[in-house]
Amino acid sequence: MEGSKPKLKLAVYWGAACGGCCVSVLDVHEKLFDVVAAADLVFWPIALDIKYKDVEKMPDNHIDLTLFNGAVRNSENEHMAHLLRKKSRILVAYGSCSHLGGIPGLANFSTREEIINRVYSESESTVNTARVRPETLYKVAEGNLDLPEFFNDVRSLSQTVEVDYSIPGCPPQTERLLEVFTAIVSGAELPPKGSVIGAGTKTQCDECIRKKSENKKINKFYRPWEIQDDGNTCFMEQGVLCMGPATIAGCGYRCIKGNAPCRGCYGPPEGVTDPGAKMMSAIASIIDEKEPEDIRKVLDDLVDPAGSFYRFSLPHSIIRRKMP
Amino acid sequence: MEFNPKIIAFLCNWCSYTGADLAGTSRMEYKSNVRAVRVMCSGRIEPTFVLRAFKNGADGVLVCGCHPGDCHYQEGNYRCLRRFLLLQMYIQQMGIETERLKLEWISASEGKQFAELVNSFTETITEMGPCRIRETMKV
Repeated sequence: MEGSKPKLKLAVYWGAACGGCCVSVLDVHEKLFDVVAAADLVFWPIALDIKYKDVEKMPDNHIDLTLFNGAVRNSENEHMAHLLRKKSRILVAYGSCSHLGGIPGLANFSTREEIINRVYSESESTVNTARVRPETLYKVAEGNLDLPEFFNDVRSLSQTVEVDYSIPGCPPQTERLLEVFTAIVSGAELPPKGSVIGAGTKTQCDECIRKKSENKKINKFYRPWEIQDDGNTCFMEQGVLCMGPATIAGCGYRCIKGNAPCRGCYGPPEGVTDPGAKMMSAIASIIDEKEPEDIRKVLDDLVDPAGSFYRFSLPHSIIRRKMP
Repeated sequence: MEFNPKIIAFLCNWCSYTGADLAGTSRMEYKSNVRAVRVMCSGRIEPTFVLRAFKNGADGVLVCGCHPGDCHYQEGNYRCLRRFLLLQMYIQQMGIETERLKLEWISASEGKQFAELVNSFTETITEMGPCRIRETMKV
């Protein structure tokens, strides 16, 4: 349309991700018409046939807003992170993987070698007598085939390139995305660079509607399937591990409403760098035992503490990967 | 060059720091590898403190508080004990040897025990060698 305001150029890209973040963008449903009225989608691998070389041809800062979801786990992710940083005015780490490392970040409990061995040799369903391994370059008669290099270390987007904002969540609540998008379209004043946007300021517990008492005491931890949830009382008070105390609000406590404890996908609240450490602190405070053996017995019920406390945040935590 | 470990000791104000002070005023000699950090209570020692210490190059972390039942704030040392046991599970999963994190109760009158503790812990860590977790931290 001539004479109208130029449309915003929008890109969505996935690194090491499951695709859920892209689907969460589609979850705007009929509001998608408002989005496309205000913005042109210039790059979105899940929905549009636009090649990397087309992005490479774009002038710098050509894209107004890029939502980058997924962690940086291989050389392709890394290349695209650098490329999209160059081509975008605002680069947003969209979703837990991009924000803190997310589920792919759990690979930092293993080394590259361990993962490759497991997948290409040891797994029960694998028959690989020729010991085939993925190669970054393979020569065939028609020419060279190449694959991205699989890194030893998983990183978040902000550990790879400079990020303007982070929108947390696995996936981010679509309403939060719309709020952020509307703010950018309307030209409203944006928060300082580096902020986490589309989330609250307090913790999950602060918003949670479940019944909580002052006197939290735990003598045994249960996994969710081991206990009949009463649907009403705080999960922690029932002995079920819930990441609410160490997680920022903003998701609308969707999991809790679905009678599942919080897993911490929104990441830590403001001012906290390491949600797992805060969670250890919180848990230890409410165990109702004083003798080391009794405490150990309670703690033994926690299967995989590191994996539970850092489910979405391992690459961003203080001890960001396992020592081999 | 001989390995000279860096050890961070978190000492509670009321018992352990006073105990360490007593070792000093009694002119006891102990290894100088320990860097003491005074906190108001062992219950104030967040897991974050311990993990940061390891990240920033500590080869061992020593946590000291009042004996059970003697906490100036009634319960702080029990919280410390629970956090310590949970932290040990965690650091083991991350590949840090659990021996590198030690909890001991030191009262205000136990200057001698503090000096002995520092010497024996320093010896343990020296034998173990440097903590390599920092090498894995590079982004």
